Amino acid sequence: MELFRIKNDIPFMSYGRLTTAISLVTFILAIFFLATRGLNFGVDFTGGTVMEVNYPQAANLENVRKAVDSIGLKEATVQNFGSSHDVLIRLPVKADLSVSQLSEQVKAALVAADPTAEVRRVEAVGAQVGDELYENGGLALFFVSLGIVLYLWLRFEWRFAVAAIIANMHDVVIILGFFAFFQWEFNLTVLAAILAVLGYSVNESVVVFDRVRENFRKMRKASVVQVIDNAITRTMSRTIITHTMTQTMVGSMLLFGGEVLHNFALALTIGILFGIYSSVLVACPIAMWLGVNRANLIGDVEKKEGEKEAKVVEPHPSDFA
Amino acid sequence: MNRYPMWKNILVAIVILIGLLYTIPNFFGESPAVQITPAKSTTKLDSALLGQVEAIFKQEKIAYDSVYLDERGVKASFANTDTQIKAKDLLETGLGKNYTVALNLLSRSPSWLRSIGAKPMYLGLDLRGGVHFLMQVDMKAALNKAAERFVGDFRIALRKERISYVGVTREGEVVKINFNNEAELVKAKAIISKEYPNLTLTESTSGEEKVLAASLNLVEQKTIQDFAIKQNIQTLHNRINELGVAEPIIQQQGADRVVVQLPGVQDTAKAKEILGRTATLEIRLVDEEKTDAATMEKAEQGQAPLGDDVFKDRDGRAILVKKSVVLTGDYITDAGPGVDSQSGRSTVNVALDARGARIFKEVTRENVGKRMAILLIEKGSTEVITAPTINEEIGGGRVQISGMANTQEATDISLLLRAGALAAPMDIIEERTVGPSMGEANIKRGIHSTLWGFAAIAVMMMFYYMIFGAVSVLALAINLLLLVAILSMLQATLTLPGLAAIALALGMAIDANVLINERIREELRNGNTPQASIHAGYERAWDTILDSNVTTLIAGLALFMFGTGPIKGFAVVHVLGILTSMFSAVLVSRAIVNMIYGYRRKLTKLSIGQIYKA
Repeated sequence: MELFRIKNDIPFMSYGRLTTAISLVTFILAIFFLATRGLNFGVDFTGGTVMEVNYPQAANLENVRKAVDSIGLKEATVQNFGSSHDVLIRLPVKADLSVSQLSEQVKAALVAADPTAEVRRVEAVGAQVGDELYENGGLALFFVSLGIVLYLWLRFEWRFAVAAIIANMHDVVIILGFFAFFQWEFNLTVLAAILAVLGYSVNESVVVFDRVRENFRKMRKASVVQVIDNAITRTMSRTIITHTMTQTMVGSMLLFGGEVLHNFALALTIGILFGIYSSVLVACPIAMWLGVNRANLIGDVEKKEGEKEAKVVEPHPSDFA
Repeated sequence: MNRYPMWKNILVAIVILIGLLYTIPNFFGESPAVQITPAKSTTKLDSALLGQVEAIFKQEKIAYDSVYLDERGVKASFANTDTQIKAKDLLETGLGKNYTVALNLLSRSPSWLRSIGAKPMYLGLDLRGGVHFLMQVDMKAALNKAAERFVGDFRIALRKERISYVGVTREGEVVKINFNNEAELVKAKAIISKEYPNLTLTESTSGEEKVLAASLNLVEQKTIQDFAIKQNIQTLHNRINELGVAEPIIQQQGADRVVVQLPGVQDTAKAKEILGRTATLEIRLVDEEKTDAATMEKAEQGQAPLGDDVFKDRDGRAILVKKSVVLTGDYITDAGPGVDSQSGRSTVNVALDARGARIFKEVTRENVGKRMAILLIEKGSTEVITAPTINEEIGGGRVQISGMANTQEATDISLLLRAGALAAPMDIIEERTVGPSMGEANIKRGIHSTLWGFAAIAVMMMFYYMIFGAVSVLALAINLLLLVAILSMLQATLTLPGLAAIALALGMAIDANVLINERIREELRNGNTPQASIHAGYERAWDTILDSNVTTLIAGLALFMFGTGPIKGFAVVHVLGILTSMFSAVLVSRAIVNMIYGYRRKLTKLSIGQIYKA
């Protein structure tokens, strides 16, 4: 079976204006939702306490709320979580109580109200730790981007590096936009997913760029647009198959991974879907507009790969001028 | 041309074999066990303890599955939890206070696997249940406490040199000495700067008085802070030993934080209480001048005259002690139980550091015939352990404290004095608790995600790429095997995000094989022979695979550097997964393909699915 029987190269670059417009609109929408709704940060970043409590019978939320209110925690939110037996309690940081004292108090109040209550999970993060995690998250994002740009610059060319990172930051912003729009909880594991996606979807750009470079060498007479169109068309089959496979795994996580992995898998899903689109249809037009051509691409590759492909005599770029 | 040299095939085979060996322990499950560790770091851990444990089991007819000694202590496993708990009780009475006996789980893998260091993966708290605390050491308090000591030291030094001063006070971390005139200040400055070279001294005037301010310089501050955190970690170690936790983790994080992880601990309230306990020792003089009946009666009701505090002794009688502290537990370098050679009663023998010894000598010389109270301060309540009369000047820094009820108490108090006090208070700033049922559920979730995802990928790959798909799936399975083997070998902590990273690593690793297979198809499409296509396919795809993995690696490393806790767990597995995937997707799959096709002379067709030729 072969899914992709493509006779002629698909003129992806001629859709450049359209795809860029689409990107721009989604991007602006994402920014808009981020600005207006903001991210729903989890306790990892804001500080505070989350408790997961299990009851052998369906939980009576009213009673749980009363128990939490009884110790003067009016800002607490109480809601079902996963099943009717599980309750999730969120408490903001209290200035006069340490995080661990707070969780002990709530635990005591819950058990007093219903001795069958079983506290399964407590996550209590002090405000200061939350700020640091937030800061470290930002730093991680910055260094990942920097590392990727430097690597692509070294291995290819600065135009590709810039194009790839713009395309992938655009993915990150769109993922964040989704989280802002739906107000899904943004926690540490989601951040890990975003960084993993960043590394992963750059893969996509690398595969295409690799082919672009190879094509410049092989297709002597072709124009830049033709070279890029051909590269995208030739790698399309691989792109679709690989992403389907990865998405299958992520889908399995979405199905079986439970609540803790749910948002992680969600972030990956959005990242993978937009990653396909952006690394091909955003990165390539940008690289083209930045002026990628045979001269600046093969010129510096020749030195590195000269020995390996000694048999192929590379014509001087000026021959094509 | 598609044949590996013998050594390459052997290399691949050996790596897979080693992978298998180190993966196996994960399948044996765990049996209930006890772990015996020395309570003190000074107690030696040797085969004598192993013999003792075996003797106890034999005597009490306890059936055990295995018992052995490793670097942490003696471990013994049992068929069921009843025997385990019985064994724990017997060992606790049989071995005494010098050893901690904790309940644990031990892998059921055979001893030959253990002897080559093959252990199951080390599960994080979110998978096995337990408590994680991040504790912040209050460094300001540590510095204040250090400054407080200088207040006493200065008073003694100035008095000794007969320098008249108005007062010594502490303002935060700065100690101020007020003088009536410049001459005394200059003299004092000379003495202090000689004895305490690490202090920064500044002069000023306040009204009529001359003020000498002493503050800690940066070097000294750092020393104090380093000491405080080391001391706190040591104290936490000792206290956690009391709790009887099998494999606690106590680590410094950054300059002023300590991570404490207690696997299997469910009683978080008790754990917090023990960790947060602040017990300190103080030596003060008993106020002998105010022993008249009226004052004492008031004292019984808790009222103390000016300059005194009232505390109860062990018999419940009130004792008036002076407010100024002679010595604190900070001056103690060692403490151990002992017996008084004359009376034959239990004592605690305390060794003081040089500064403490000097202070103690002076105070005892000046107060012969008076009583000295030894106070134990715990959780805000203070008790007078003993208040002996000073018979003579005590020099040399060795102090014997009598008044212990029995040897047991002498041992307990020694332990508390030696490492019982926190050098600075600590706050829990992060807490993560996971119940055991939650841990099991998390393991199940992680494994189900991985297996179902893997199965779906396997079906799709074989359907689309036929034999080459099967080879890819086999390579992916070997990738999983190697990843689990490396995680078991490194004993890196596996968390739920780590399990997710395993699944994700597999989902991403298949990319390499898809790249290779697509390349081979393309070569065939261009009319190359099957053998040449295999060769070129692998060769050409390699560059791309390398490039794309490097970018993923960069993301993984950044996550590792900036991540904490669960994120770090994710990053470790993510990075390892990328490395194993490069090996399995390229080397292993090629070895298999070579074995299938490399030896066929007349190969006309590859089973790689249908190829549309233009």
